[in-house]
Amino acid sequence: MTTQWFGERVERREDQRLLTGAGRFLDDAGHDALGVAFVRSPHAHARITGIDVADALDVDGLVAVYTWDDLPGRLADPLPLLIPHPDLTHPRTQHALARGEVNHVGEPVAMVVADDRYLAEDAADRIVVGYEPLPAVVGIGHARSAEHLVHADVPGNVAAVTTQELGDARAAIAAAPHVLEFDLAMERSLSSPLEGRGVHARWDADDQRLRIRTSTQTSTGVRAAVASIFGLPDVAVEVITPDVGGGFGTKVVHPYPEEVLVPWAARTLGREVKWVEDRYEHFVSATHERGQEHHVRVGFDDDGVILGLDVEFWHDTGAYTPYGIVLPIITATQLPGPYRHRHYRVTFTSLYTNTVTCTPYRGAGRPQGCFVMERTVDRIGEELGLDRAEVRRRNLIGPDEFPYDFGMVFQDGRPLIYDSGNYPAVLEGVKDLVGWDGFAAEREAAAAEGRRLGIGLACYVEGTGVGPYEGGHVHVETNGRVMVATGLTSQGQGHETVFAQIVADELGVDATDVYVTTGDTRRFPYAVGTYASRAAVMSGNAIALAARQVRAKAIRIAAEALEAAPEDLEIASGVVQVRGTPSRGIPLAQVAVLSNPLRYAFSKEAQAATQFASPPDPEVPPVPEDDEPGLEARDYYSPVRSTFAAGMHAAVVEVDPDTGEVDVLRYAVVHDCGPLINPMIVEGQIHGGVAQGVAGALYERLAYDAAGNLANASFMDFLMPYLSEVPTPEIGHLETPSPLNPLGIKGAGEAGVIPGSACLAAAIEDAAGVRIDRMPISPPELWALIGEEAGT
Amino acid sequence: MSEVVRAPSPHDLHEVVVTVNGVTRSARVPARRLLSDLLRHDLRLTGTHVGCEHGVCGACTVLLEGEPVRSCLTFAVMVDDARITTVEGLAGPDGELGPVQRAFRECHGLQCGFCTPGFLLLTTELLARNPEPTDGEIADALGGNLCRCTGYVNIVRSVRRAAELTSEREPPS
Repeated sequence: MTTQWFGERVERREDQRLLTGAGRFLDDAGHDALGVAFVRSPHAHARITGIDVADALDVDGLVAVYTWDDLPGRLADPLPLLIPHPDLTHPRTQHALARGEVNHVGEPVAMVVADDRYLAEDAADRIVVGYEPLPAVVGIGHARSAEHLVHADVPGNVAAVTTQELGDARAAIAAAPHVLEFDLAMERSLSSPLEGRGVHARWDADDQRLRIRTSTQTSTGVRAAVASIFGLPDVAVEVITPDVGGGFGTKVVHPYPEEVLVPWAARTLGREVKWVEDRYEHFVSATHERGQEHHVRVGFDDDGVILGLDVEFWHDTGAYTPYGIVLPIITATQLPGPYRHRHYRVTFTSLYTNTVTCTPYRGAGRPQGCFVMERTVDRIGEELGLDRAEVRRRNLIGPDEFPYDFGMVFQDGRPLIYDSGNYPAVLEGVKDLVGWDGFAAEREAAAAEGRRLGIGLACYVEGTGVGPYEGGHVHVETNGRVMVATGLTSQGQGHETVFAQIVADELGVDATDVYVTTGDTRRFPYAVGTYASRAAVMSGNAIALAARQVRAKAIRIAAEALEAAPEDLEIASGVVQVRGTPSRGIPLAQVAVLSNPLRYAFSKEAQAATQFASPPDPEVPPVPEDDEPGLEARDYYSPVRSTFAAGMHAAVVEVDPDTGEVDVLRYAVVHDCGPLINPMIVEGQIHGGVAQGVAGALYERLAYDAAGNLANASFMDFLMPYLSEVPTPEIGHLETPSPLNPLGIKGAGEAGVIPGSACLAAAIEDAAGVRIDRMPISPPELWALIGEEAGT
Repeated sequence: MSEVVRAPSPHDLHEVVVTVNGVTRSARVPARRLLSDLLRHDLRLTGTHVGCEHGVCGACTVLLEGEPVRSCLTFAVMVDDARITTVEGLAGPDGELGPVQRAFRECHGLQCGFCTPGFLLLTTELLARNPEPTDGEIADALGGNLCRCTGYVNIVRSVRRAAELTSEREPPS
């Protein structure tokens, strides 16, 4: 009887070390490294007139101070444009240290290296930077007005304008019996992992190698960039991602200035150098997201069926565009959701502002798109007096309509084609879970007690598992341990566990014998990174394919040793055996020995692989042609396009009209990410996503003042929810397999956050009886809206 | 003859002797050194994590004489002669997980693990004074620490489970 690991609630491999304080996060090593502090701009927009470091030179323990003038060669150039796009006509990236001008509060101007961080900060405090302030462009309205420019050579503050169209939306709307037109908006937020960024670098002069540990979502990305900028051979740069205390998107940006400056200082000084971001730095220098404003026109028939949708939106990209226009492309292409669209037009303008650069934060443009689509469907229901769930049902793509081709280009440059799903079943599931059909009575009963309840619903489709590829390496060692490596990184998703589960099933071993390494370029040099809910789909499939190769090789070698037909063999509990006859078997550990012809035995077991151990076939070389020594294999998974997960959230809220307080009474989630590798971990991802969704709807926003100061750059003022603010969601699963990959799986990492604002806006609107057209919403804002409504 | 009294300097070192997880340790530190840095960098007990350095997130929580404190808001010199428990002190001598740790593993009460030490210590302290906490009491005890991964759902479940495991281990006499 073979144990099935896929689909089980297996406890995590990671937890032993994380629960005992034995995790290795970035700042848990390098205790003797030099410390780094940065002098960062206090101005949103200014010309640098001078940098006086004289006073800093007196600080005991100071090792070096660097400004842009000190940076050699390509280190003095702007950092790479990571994702170019033909429509990104005016890309701008920052210098590692500001060159003459700063474009947001927090932009690094000088780097101080000292014996430790305390002393580095002492010295940084004594550096005097002269600034000539320039007008700051803050917010989309100001950027659109182009009264002032962020970059003098970027007209209108416009980085990019893009349009995509399916059919002829404007004509369809013109001919529609009903038309609605309105504006929506969503504000800025940020990933805010509990562990900030950090870099630790060591130059090994003897080996001429640079070893970088960085809290990143892409170690191979950092390595490629550093090798390229420094002119080093790829093999001379090792990038290792240690345990990472959360990423949520912001750590996929690379190289951050610190990721080139710290290694450069380490090499220049011949000393270990480490920088660990503090919380203020995280707020003003790790990337943000979410700021968009939308104008919507929708045409529909008497039944609420959408005939044409035309959306124009403006995206706040912050000071620079290292990540190109991926965010607004995702908004534009995921906005259609689970609905059948025949005529859809979307156009966006990506605008520079003097604020921190925007790149993906969990959800990555989808929460905004979902907000637009779901608010639109709610308005259709209201206009026609139809049940909001019913309007959705009438517009859903049917289960028999897959693959569903939107005729558009997705964020990965591939066609936007939904691969599979069962949206009506998800809708029925979430209605049941939240008690949609019985809610009218519940509301009435509450109203009789003077309480105002409301219900909302929001649907989303998420393109997950985007390419280009990931790889996996599976190696059965002669001790029976199965060593697995993949290049992408982990930030708490439990990859060591789920990848072990996959390998355990493929190889017929116990998952506890499988050891997974992620994000270490020494172990797997080809990879892309962890983003876009892609790790399980991409690396999971690559590892499964590699494990299948290992399995085939193990059976071939064992068949020879057992003098049995390969098709009669199975692997169970780590033994390759004649099916149903465990007495005729050979452990995988011994197969690993036999797979590697030896001159020199290293143990008693290894003697079996030496040259005099068994009569050789004189005509066959010890390693036959097309074979390799070792019981190991490497394989890659590269999908033709993304696989699309989907889900729906529903919430019941109570609104206190006297205070504007919103209480989330129930929160229901039905989610379809295909077969679940580990339901416990998927549910954990949903819990965390829902918490971030609720946070983004009710609590979190980045409050810039008109001068471009981030007024709430601390956990005292940025309202990240505690336990008391987060509901416990009820969760239902559907498991519609993807036809695109061998395991049939879809991504689950970001889904939980996507519909939060849309769902709660709908529920609050329903409870309070006021229009909610921008999120987040605070109690004072809601109270004011209720007051306005009452006053009219 | 008068003695010249030198003004104290922020760089002067002070001897701190502290008992951490039952082991007496000492270090010479400047007055401004944080307890979190003493533990992490001087004593190399890196299980205590620093999430915000302004006392809001609670990742750096340790027990000082059995009471939870934020080690990022505590100076190292303040704990001279004190008794401290960190996450490294929660497992058995052979590395076997304690009941609170086992509960968090069983209930998936952690994801990235960065905030986890703070929650483990708060839970340990809660169950020491209140072996059967209600959900409201759990929320009171843990409601001042931030987690960005779990949405707290499985942290609360872990605390309930830890209470069960603790009472199994220590049957009422």
